[in-house]
Amino acid sequence: MVLSFARLVRISLEGQGLRVILTRQANEDPSFDDRSKVANGQRGVIFITLHVSSTGQPGTVRVYSEPAALAQSATAAAPRTSLVSWDRAQIGSLDLSRRLAELIQIQMAQRFRGSPETPLLAPVRQLRTIAAPAVAIEVSSVSLPDRRLLDQMAPAIADAVARAVAAFRLIYESGGK
Amino acid sequence: MSRGLKTTILVLAALVVVGLITLPGLRRAIQRISKTPQTEQQARREVMQVPISTPTDVKVQAQMFWLSKSSSSSLEPATVEIPLSADPAERAKQLLIALILMPPAPERRTLPADATLLAFYIQPDGTGIADFSDEVQTGTPSGILSEQLAVDSIVQTLGANMSGIERLKILIHGQDAETLAGHLDLSGLFPVPSLAAAPAPAAPAPAAAKTSAAPAPAPATPGAGQNKPAEPAPASSEPVKP
Repeated sequence: MVLSFARLVRISLEGQGLRVILTRQANEDPSFDDRSKVANGQRGVIFITLHVSSTGQPGTVRVYSEPAALAQSATAAAPRTSLVSWDRAQIGSLDLSRRLAELIQIQMAQRFRGSPETPLLAPVRQLRTIAAPAVAIEVSSVSLPDRRLLDQMAPAIADAVARAVAAFRLIYESGGK
Repeated sequence: MSRGLKTTILVLAALVVVGLITLPGLRRAIQRISKTPQTEQQARREVMQVPISTPTDVKVQAQMFWLSKSSSSSLEPATVEIPLSADPAERAKQLLIALILMPPAPERRTLPADATLLAFYIQPDGTGIADFSDEVQTGTPSGILSEQLAVDSIVQTLGANMSGIERLKILIHGQDAETLAGHLDLSGLFPVPSLAAAPAPAAPAPAAAKTSAAPAPAPATPGAGQNKPAEPAPASSEPVKP
């Protein structure tokens, strides 16, 4: 299910002239760090992790970015160095991640009634080790009795992501201004 | 027929009768055992996961945070009358055990029914350490929302009913865990909201334990800040790196 969502998102993003790398192609299960390595090895990258939850109001989509509390405490505790800690790689991208999450969440709220209008903060493990703007998108839910309802959401999700990323690209390429 | 043979036949017949009488009971016992394979952890839970009683227990109206009656995407406070200890660590254990054992309805549960709180410690700097059994990982529905609601129910319940715990570290079976159930990062410390920020203080109550809905529960978003606009919120379960 998630992979089919990802493939549609990929097609929509490639339609925007973007290069897309999927961190998994089939039913393999790469670790969080494996996926982070793929993302952190690129330049000018953004990272989107897709999930289908088992809870939440069916037919809704939530977008998450990493909370700022992570950065505040980490900055206070970390020694002064120009190196980026792998475990806290997301710290330098928190603002941009939040802006990307806002843009995607607005698009989702327009398409899926009941979705929040503003993105959420959550310590999502996968986001922590990404040294680039990174968000998690969670679709509710696998508890839908008819899987076709989830399938029907996929094209709109892909379109929402592509439009939001296109808008974010302008911000990103201007250095976040 | 010799006397010895007669005796043997009688003894064998008696054994057959005894066997026929006891056979149904044996069959039931075997079925019971095969239906309930008891792991070491289950046996441990049966012994451990009962409400804790201490000499300083006083019945109070504790405020617990389970899933909302109207929405499975948010938490809602409910008042439960339980005995709570004056000892902070014991009090925290009592609260978290009640959170597991006493949801008003199964669909309002935030933590798996078969989860066990193995230990709870409070460090001098105000860091609480809750050590749960593996079932917290295996039984929590996988997903960012459900995992976040599970953690929020823990920190909000602690924050509403006790002081002295400022942040919480969650361990699984005594070990650091990467995630709760595949998504939520457990590497950090989760801020515990202070009593002042909690919806209402716990008050002494003389009656026996019972569960009731809070009188005027304002639906609480997850973590009082989890499902809300992306802004830092002191009462939320955003982690703080140790």
